[in-house]
Amino acid sequence: MERQVNQKGWLMVLPAILVVALNAVIPLMTVVNYSVQDSFGNNQFFWAGMSWFVELLHSERFHAALGRQFIFSAIILLIEIPLGIIIALAMPRKGWGVPVCLVLMALPLLIPWNVVGTIWQIFGRMDIGLLGHTLASLGINYNYTQEPIAAWLTVIIMDVWHWTSLVVLLCYAGLSSIPDVYYQAARIDGASRWAIFRYIQLPKLKRVLLIAVLLRFMDSFMIYTEPFVVTGGGPGNSTTFLSIDLVKMAIGQFDLGPAAAMSLIYFLIILLLCWIFYTVMSLEDDEPQGGVL
Amino acid sequence: MARIRLQNIAHSYVGDTGNLDDFALKKLDLTWDDGGAYALLGPSGCGKSTLLNIISGLLYPTRGKVYFDDREVTTLPTEERNTAQVFQFPVVYDTMTVFDNLAFPLKNRGVDGKEIRRRVTELAEMLDLQNDLKRKAQGLTADVKQKISLGRGLIRKDVNVILFDEPLTVIDPQLKWELRSQLKKLHKQFDFTMIYVTHDQTEALTFADEVVVMYEGEVVQVGTPEELFNRPNHTFVGYFIGSPGMNILPCTVRGDRAVVGKHEIPLGRIYKESTGETKLELGVRPEFLTLSTSSDQGLPVSIGRIDDIGHLRVAQVSLDGLPLSVVVGENEILSGQSGHLVFDTPHANIYADGHLQRGEAV
Repeated sequence: MERQVNQKGWLMVLPAILVVALNAVIPLMTVVNYSVQDSFGNNQFFWAGMSWFVELLHSERFHAALGRQFIFSAIILLIEIPLGIIIALAMPRKGWGVPVCLVLMALPLLIPWNVVGTIWQIFGRMDIGLLGHTLASLGINYNYTQEPIAAWLTVIIMDVWHWTSLVVLLCYAGLSSIPDVYYQAARIDGASRWAIFRYIQLPKLKRVLLIAVLLRFMDSFMIYTEPFVVTGGGPGNSTTFLSIDLVKMAIGQFDLGPAAAMSLIYFLIILLLCWIFYTVMSLEDDEPQGGVL
Repeated sequence: MARIRLQNIAHSYVGDTGNLDDFALKKLDLTWDDGGAYALLGPSGCGKSTLLNIISGLLYPTRGKVYFDDREVTTLPTEERNTAQVFQFPVVYDTMTVFDNLAFPLKNRGVDGKEIRRRVTELAEMLDLQNDLKRKAQGLTADVKQKISLGRGLIRKDVNVILFDEPLTVIDPQLKWELRSQLKKLHKQFDFTMIYVTHDQTEALTFADEVVVMYEGEVVQVGTPEELFNRPNHTFVGYFIGSPGMNILPCTVRGDRAVVGKHEIPLGRIYKESTGETKLELGVRPEFLTLSTSSDQGLPVSIGRIDDIGHLRVAQVSLDGLPLSVVVGENEILSGQSGHLVFDTPHANIYADGHLQRGEAV
């Protein structure tokens, strides 16, 4: 009897399995297939074993791109998460300011990635860009096509401009869900502004912050389009992040084997780091959320 | 601790428009004595919570003044008033332990660590929380959370008043009794002024020495539970307090008799006759009516449904079409019969436009 129920169960999840297989498992397996072979023209493939993985893990080029990627994601998280919280705290709770702020906040999120890249590419140019030209006339050498620091600044500011809104909107939603009585109780208890943030707002924001950190980490760790449009990975290799490096390898050089091995390692790193973030941030959540609130 | 005086308080959420209909609180003059236990009773939307928030300083009244003893505090912010408040939904700081929750108001006021530990331990014992002190507040049940909420008020010894805003709404019924009696005991121990807002008359009557009944933004009666029961100042009080509520019958007055339809009811006091514009009503509680099927004294009524509400039986009777509730004894009355109704003269009250008339002794 029980066995029959189980069989039916499989039938029910079959559509989901098919969809996941088509859009995730099969492409992933293709990549696995490439990663253990060497390819030549004429569609000839040779077994390469783990050699691409070994080679990649010892490759300085990969280490450098991975290092840049970590530094970039760390900077992005360190800026966007606190900034997002601060902006969300400063946003109005009621009145006409609410829709105005929400629309303004949502605007950057509605712009396609490559358009964002183009906007900042032009904005930062020293000859015609508003930002670049202003800085240049102030005597600051802001040439992001030649100066690694200027290039990094441009990419970081662009990402902050583009994605802080996401953190703001998530945090704002979290803050709006806190009932007024909590603030009233805090005032009666004589809590300082900091104590209110630390003991009321932050705990209630924890869940949305987890989502915000995960999303921003994953997205920034996989960033491709904007730096590709703005800097093309340069000057030199200074803004060549993992995705850009991967595309160079796979499409520029047509090294399918190493590129596939790199994709898999890349994927595993993201998976591992997300798991770590998730575990650490939900560590104290073991007790069930009971009661009315 | 303080005596709280409200002088001509009125509040409108849309600003002072001058239009009385916009006011959630019409005009209040009230004094709450130091160390008293008061209940603020009224239906939802009558302005109870507004009044409470004016006392705690979460709201500033549109008109009027608030005094704590002789000091005016009308526009003093909440944190400087030294009040405590227990809300309808338990408010605890989820990420803190029970100990830290109780210690929070003291820490914010810079009390020394040793003193905090001493007072929290002492208070936890009174509230039966001593075994939970190290637990996170998050996973606790609503009644324990509500105790913590109360504890954060009790921990400050210099608190002027503790305000309760329907604190037992989310508590299971069997725990309500327990918490209520614990609260009464604590009140005797601490001697704080306590103001308890509720729409549950049982809660109000068991908790308070004095009950303030509010209706549509106005105080309609202040009195002991006994006064409210025996001589309701307003038909609303009669109807709202008591279960079932007071019977209200439209009537006219002739000397010391009320005339209901074609029947006359002796009142024992002389009232002014109606001028035609004021609406006169006769109010009598179901407890002060005697229904009998054997005697032929009193007014003839037909007996309808009989409800058994546990500790007593209530008969729904009809006096020439006017519905009345009568408390009857065990088993003597059956529905569908006709009977006679006798009014207990001293407890038959006359109301003009809802307000109790005093009358003159015969």
